[in-house]
Amino acid sequence: MTAPRDKLGRPVVVVTGMGIMTSLGAGKADNWAKLVAGESGIRTITRFPVDGLKTTMAGTVDFVSVDPFSSTGLSERMAELVTEEALAQAGIGAKADFPGPLFLAVAPVEVEWPQRRELGRAVGAPDFTYDDLLRISGGGKYSGYHHRFMFGSVAAHLAEIFGTKGSPISLSTACASGATSIQLGVEAIRRGETDAALCVATDGTVNPEALVRFSLLSALSTQNDPPQAASRPFSKNRDGFVMAEGAGALVLESYEAATARGAKILGVIAGCGELTDSFHRTRSSPDGKPIIGCMNKTLADAGMTPDQIDHINAHGTATPENDKMEFNTTSVVFGELAQKIPVTSNKSMVGHTISAAGAVEAIFSLLTLEHQRIPPTINYETPDPTILFNVVGNTARDARVTAVMSNSFGFGGQNASLILTREPA
Amino acid sequence: MTDTASKPGQTEVWITGIGLATSLGEGLDANWAALQEKRINVDEKGFAPYVVHPLMPVTFDSQIPKKGDQRQMEAWQRIGTYAAGLALDSAGIKGNKDILSKIDMVVAAGGGERDLNVDTGVLTAEAKGANAPGFLNERLMSDLRPTLFLAQLSNLLAGNIAIVHGLGGTSRTFMGEEVAGADAARIALARIASGESDIALVGGSHNGERKDLLVLYEFGDFNLKDKFAPVWARTDHPGFALGSAGAFLVLESRAHAEARGAKPFAKLSSVVADLARRKQGGDMTATLEKLWAKLPKREGKGAIISGATGAEPATSEERSFLKSHADLPVRSTGTMFGHTMETQFPLGIALAALSISRGALFPPNDSTGTEIEMQGAPTQIVVVGAGHWRGEGMALVEAVG
Repeated sequence: MTAPRDKLGRPVVVVTGMGIMTSLGAGKADNWAKLVAGESGIRTITRFPVDGLKTTMAGTVDFVSVDPFSSTGLSERMAELVTEEALAQAGIGAKADFPGPLFLAVAPVEVEWPQRRELGRAVGAPDFTYDDLLRISGGGKYSGYHHRFMFGSVAAHLAEIFGTKGSPISLSTACASGATSIQLGVEAIRRGETDAALCVATDGTVNPEALVRFSLLSALSTQNDPPQAASRPFSKNRDGFVMAEGAGALVLESYEAATARGAKILGVIAGCGELTDSFHRTRSSPDGKPIIGCMNKTLADAGMTPDQIDHINAHGTATPENDKMEFNTTSVVFGELAQKIPVTSNKSMVGHTISAAGAVEAIFSLLTLEHQRIPPTINYETPDPTILFNVVGNTARDARVTAVMSNSFGFGGQNASLILTREPA
Repeated sequence: MTDTASKPGQTEVWITGIGLATSLGEGLDANWAALQEKRINVDEKGFAPYVVHPLMPVTFDSQIPKKGDQRQMEAWQRIGTYAAGLALDSAGIKGNKDILSKIDMVVAAGGGERDLNVDTGVLTAEAKGANAPGFLNERLMSDLRPTLFLAQLSNLLAGNIAIVHGLGGTSRTFMGEEVAGADAARIALARIASGESDIALVGGSHNGERKDLLVLYEFGDFNLKDKFAPVWARTDHPGFALGSAGAFLVLESRAHAEARGAKPFAKLSSVVADLARRKQGGDMTATLEKLWAKLPKREGKGAIISGATGAEPATSEERSFLKSHADLPVRSTGTMFGHTMETQFPLGIALAALSISRGALFPPNDSTGTEIEMQGAPTQIVVVGAGHWRGEGMALVEAVG
């Protein structure tokens, strides 16, 4: 029997339910099977015309229908589905009565082009100004759009249908959002405020403007053909990330509460860490100190040393800068071990699920611990000679895995890391 | 219900810095003076028929010295980065690398500031028959400024604050309109009270002078039209007047503040928040009563600072709640500053702390009798923040004993 408290005297936080959705499919079983088989979920976009775009592929979730369609609506629906899967596995609480708070990582919300175009058409004149749009917006005809495009709308909906307690938090730390949602849940349990927390991350924002925005920042891969080969983490010919959609949900509980109700423990969130980079809006500090500090804080939070980590689930976006920076910083923290520890990037297959990535990859890390098998980094044909990671290239690898570090780095200087283990330390 | 309060044995949390840039002015003295004079800065013409409270112009250079930084932001981020700098100045930690390298930031943010010319250009071209499949893509690729995205991203308010003021601790951005401001304070307080953090910068900013936001709220008929009236006097003419403001607070454990000789404005004793279902009349009032009951016991000289928006039915629900506590003087930030959305709750805490530290509540500004005069110095002020659509928050700010 393991102690219910960690080395720092805090309640141990365990995972008792997980739900996932990516461009590979719905649910843990389907995703895991395809992930270890090295399948790609990246395909040419069919949701909207791609004429005139430099990047024409993405990891879209096209098998979930939302009507009327909006990116926020898709994010909400995916979040709902993954939460149902996580709650079914955890068997916690009662229907619509989850015994704890909700922490939701969600992409920033705004009125989208289909709705804006609807307004434009409703003006009914060939020439108009923004004031004309404003003039016809009221009167109740579009009241549903007010609710849809509130930042808090997705969390309010989830809180209502799943009966989470208190004020649900909607958060964004850019590409680290998923990890931050888990961190907030871990902290609430450690502080003793709750025995359980629902941590959800979702992103359904593959739409023309989102694609253009990243494109204008030269962040996206333009290797459109074949789309499955676009995302090339750690490869010499990588040229950017691939936008993708997905969602992940985790039920977190204190070890004590989970064992008291006889719940199956899927893994442990042993450590969380975050550190801000104030160097630049989109680039990491050249010395890598904030990322190094983030990893070190996470190790300290878990009460672990680098030699206890036997797998790294990398941020691995496949942008030229990220992957190099990730290797350099990991090398500072892990020393020579950085070249020995097996490293993989799920983004090679599912793309970059942005706001959801931290949670999606935490779930893949926990499945790696469960199956003792590391999913591959596909499209790893031409290794970057300056990135000396022990990349699990192209085919899955059986390995003894007891502790995984999962990294997330985002625009705005956001860095967050998690350490996940099979058993409480 | 989620709540955070300083429990016995937990660290007391002080408010040691306040930064305000609002429609009434910049800094504590200017805002305080305007409140004393019941001076409201409201624009009924610039966005007619909509009423807004425009930002009193500030010299951004004084807090954001690099023009390049200013250019990378839109107004909402500039206002917030500016107010955050004022808060750090107020706490006496501006440029203090030791402290700024570890400070924890929790920011309540909206985002999405749009380029109206681009939007209108696309829509009018379409109205004139542009219908090629790639038309929108091509226009966006050629017309959007590459950096506009960064000026729209919610977490880039925190990102800009970190860059401009050199903050190197942690950074979390909460979204979700009004209650995001309460949740930001709630989480920062919980982290300091439990010892997870020593010092935090908490707040938000809002640019109310935005037609894209007016469209969004007009969808729900929430905008105040034609003529300004105090929040409590809008029953027959409901709505909120968007306001521009940045409000930031430095929260600090008592031990951390004392070790560096910092003086408190007040202490933040408790922040609680909830999500009423608001399916039936009375739901929100009942939730506010539940939150009220969760606050620590109050025996001092009390007052309430409300962030009521003026929109219905939320304002009437809040008025019902206030009626059961009619012995306490009430003040409305919505009347004086307009509705600053995510910023309203941090603004309420800031004004509560300021009132306590200056030994007087600011005067009432209301014709309906909801706000009454207060004699003497308040020692306990409850900040109420109920969202125009969802979310309820409450905080207790107290004099340091």
